[in-house]
Amino acid sequence: MLLAHLPILQVIVPLMAAPLCLFLRHSRLVWLFAVIVSSLSLSISIILLQQVMSSGIIIYELGGWSAPWGIEYRIDKFSAFMLLIITSVSTTILLSAQTSIEKEITEDKHTLFYILYLLSLTGMLGIVSTGDVFNAFVFLEISSLSAYALIALGRDRRALWAAYQYLIMGTIGATFILIAIGLMYQMTGTLNMNDLSRRLPEVAQTRTVFTAFTFIIVGICLKLALFPLHQWLPNAYAFAPSIVTAFFAATATKVAIYLLIRFTFSVFGLSFSFTTLPLQILFLVLGLIGIFVASTAAIYQKNVKHLFAYSSLAQVGYMIVGLSVSTVSGLTATLLHVFNHALMKSALFLALGAVMYRIGSVQLSQFQGLGRQMPFTMAAIVVGGLSLIGVPLTVGFVSKWYLLIALIENGWWPVTVLILSGSVLAIVYVWRIVEVAYFKPVWTDSNQDRKVIKEAPLSFLVPIWILVMANIYFGIDTRLSVQVAEAAAQSLFGVSP
Amino acid sequence: MNFSLAVMLQMSLLLPIIGMLAIVATGNKPNLREAVTISTCLMLLYCVINLYQGLNTGEQISVIWWELLPGLQVSFAIEPLGMLFALIASFLWLITSIYSIGYMRKHKEKNQTRFYACFAIAISAVMGVAFAANLFTLFIFYEALTLSTYPLVTHSGVEKVKNGGRIYLGILLSTSIIFFLLAIVSTWFVAGTLDFKPGGVFSTNVDTVLVGAILVLFIFGIGKAAIMPFHRWLPAAMVAPTPVSALLHAVAVVKAGVFTVLKVCVFIFGIDLLSVLPTTQFLLYMAGASVFLASLVAMREDNLKARLAYSTISQLGYVTIGALLATSSGVIGGSMHIAMHAFAKITLFFCAGAILVAANKSKISEMRGLGHQMPITMAAFFIASLSIIGVPPAGGTWSKWFLLMGTVETQQWVLIAVLMSSSLLNIAYLLPISIRAFLPVNELTSNETTIKEAPLPALFALCITTTVCVVLFVYPQPLYELATTILIMPGIDYGN
Repeated sequence: MLLAHLPILQVIVPLMAAPLCLFLRHSRLVWLFAVIVSSLSLSISIILLQQVMSSGIIIYELGGWSAPWGIEYRIDKFSAFMLLIITSVSTTILLSAQTSIEKEITEDKHTLFYILYLLSLTGMLGIVSTGDVFNAFVFLEISSLSAYALIALGRDRRALWAAYQYLIMGTIGATFILIAIGLMYQMTGTLNMNDLSRRLPEVAQTRTVFTAFTFIIVGICLKLALFPLHQWLPNAYAFAPSIVTAFFAATATKVAIYLLIRFTFSVFGLSFSFTTLPLQILFLVLGLIGIFVASTAAIYQKNVKHLFAYSSLAQVGYMIVGLSVSTVSGLTATLLHVFNHALMKSALFLALGAVMYRIGSVQLSQFQGLGRQMPFTMAAIVVGGLSLIGVPLTVGFVSKWYLLIALIENGWWPVTVLILSGSVLAIVYVWRIVEVAYFKPVWTDSNQDRKVIKEAPLSFLVPIWILVMANIYFGIDTRLSVQVAEAAAQSLFGVSP
Repeated sequence: MNFSLAVMLQMSLLLPIIGMLAIVATGNKPNLREAVTISTCLMLLYCVINLYQGLNTGEQISVIWWELLPGLQVSFAIEPLGMLFALIASFLWLITSIYSIGYMRKHKEKNQTRFYACFAIAISAVMGVAFAANLFTLFIFYEALTLSTYPLVTHSGVEKVKNGGRIYLGILLSTSIIFFLLAIVSTWFVAGTLDFKPGGVFSTNVDTVLVGAILVLFIFGIGKAAIMPFHRWLPAAMVAPTPVSALLHAVAVVKAGVFTVLKVCVFIFGIDLLSVLPTTQFLLYMAGASVFLASLVAMREDNLKARLAYSTISQLGYVTIGALLATSSGVIGGSMHIAMHAFAKITLFFCAGAILVAANKSKISEMRGLGHQMPITMAAFFIASLSIIGVPPAGGTWSKWFLLMGTVETQQWVLIAVLMSSSLLNIAYLLPISIRAFLPVNELTSNETTIKEAPLPALFALCITTTVCVVLFVYPQPLYELATTILIMPGIDYGN
């Protein structure tokens, strides 16, 4: 009985839980509650993934109204894969949330933080599970609005400016998406993705559909922070509370990638998407420029959160390059990288959260001597960094391998070389941190005595190392990630939703 | 398939790791920690010797661990070339460990636990490289070797060392990520497999231009083989403590490089295909240039370790030439040279370290007359120099002989000239060091009269390696037999 309602429970549980937080008052209780809710979502998504992998797409009609009239929830392999990524990262990160926000957010805002966090989670889960474009827009707004507020909670006053920047850019993106949805509705009379995919080809050669497509691509790319629409991201990541950064870096751009793939592959269909607009060359060029510009920018950052934010932009570039190949193996590479990058960045940003907790700053100059003072945290950053570079036996290697195979299959040799050179830039920016942390003597400031810095508390170390071990585990045992990503990619190519 | 030998094979990979954990656990009791190191070395050597005997009796030894990606297994198999490399590395690890105890204590190095722990990981990676049954497995351990040796190179942690480490890691990681990985992915794409197979994996009608390009990627991508212009990491790595330079940058790391080159040439391309590829000749000249130019640079270096580093680059070129000649004498010469050069060069480094700790000298110009205070060290230096040059009574004679045969057979007249002149240059930059050391000196300053031989463990270690240099001249048969079987192996079962 309950099993049949899982697709909606996935969204309803965190949505309902968010206002309930208000009744709990005490911040530790709220934290515990949020952790329980998030792990509930995680278990639901695991069950959903199993169901989808064994028996195919799950369709859930909201309120019993069938598709064209009611809203339909549609969980296919791709959605289930994304649900698993979002909920697992969210749960692991929440484990250290309480410790982290004690230092970074004032006491009276703790409950607010968890409410926003759960709302944001709801939004992301909703986008991924719904089969209705307008519903997707609503969830996108839920997650974005809560994101603006979460970023503004940052202790640094620049967080307000960053949140404002993100608000403006995000709203433009959302408006574009809404315009596109309106145009599509006007042409086809439906908001259901499945229906849209059937009716759009009939009117594909009209200027309206073309316009709708353009609006939606630009709107999503804004959310995705694809070069050159990326300006909002580095500051938003750098000045948000550490937990928020870790959560968003691992999930927010991934959800945008989901939407992009959903619209280009499922709704508009591959042949339309890649012929009306020169999307292949566009994505390829923007992706490559993104990789090089962002990686180079990362090398020159003084704030480590900034550094990894730029690295995230570069990683988005890799995903987009994978998309531009527009073959099953290219898409598999992208999906794998979505999964793997979520693991890397959540581990790295959470480790930065631990650093923030102990020394109250993530300026690179203050990392001096941390290799000795916080050995486990720094080791986590090193492993995460190696994964980012793509060293064998880490997840980064797996997605890189698939991307290379996809590019070579297409005969894109020059791109292959460029992609590989991009990972050399990753060596440079990761090693800057390593050198400062391990080779410089302990940082001393006349005002504070750095001798007292200790290793991060266990509430940080345990989640960090869960994520780090996941980075290694999924780099060694790739069955889960590769199988699911491959199956999802094939289903996206084989059948429309 | 013998069960216990398969276990031995896995133990040879895992023992150093277990040893590493034990080293970390006993970190605050130096004597116990060193006992752990030595006993791990002995156990490893025992395993490897057993495997060698198993190989000699014709056993097929292979292990599959798991499938990392569909079609790409992490698996191990034993064949003569890998066996040769594993024997050298495990034996010399034992010797170097003994040497390190003397050196590190006398030199009062810090963080010795980290030193021994990383050393053990590096050896495990070397075993993985030696026994890898496919290119994919080899690549994993190749990268692991780079990363595990980085903390060893940067051991002392001062500013100059940081820069050295930067060059070391930068060149090795970049070449492997850009060229080596690309070559591997391309091979996978063209041939559909990465398993090492006798005769190569490419079908007979492949596009020779494409495969030729892949060969170029391999030769330059295997940065550990230090073919110019990707050789700078080797001199840069000389900032490491001497035992690290000795084992890793005269034996394990660089030999992992040329070993990989040999392995790729013989088991991925196959010597038949190799000889018809359009790029082979170009690469032979590159290797030849590397041999010659590195020898020239070595002449000019006054720092003993730097001179030895350039000498290593030059000698690595010999092995690459042997592999690329694509004849049986080339392969035999190349693989024998791995062994001969390993023993000779490690002796030279041991001597350099002994001179450093006993006399506190690192410049060649200061070593005049040192033979009077350190006769054993300088005598060992002399014999090892002979081996590098390739004259009796030292082992290097044989490998150079086969390499020359290979060049004559293929009528590579330019390379013959390069090899000959390089040997002359070897004489010019190595022999004067030991000869001048024994020349009479007019007067000694007071602190020079107090110089004595290096600590006993160090002296013991360098005597053993010197002895091996000579023994390999008198009794090279086992090594020769191992080398000849590389090409005429009956179809090895890699368990696929």
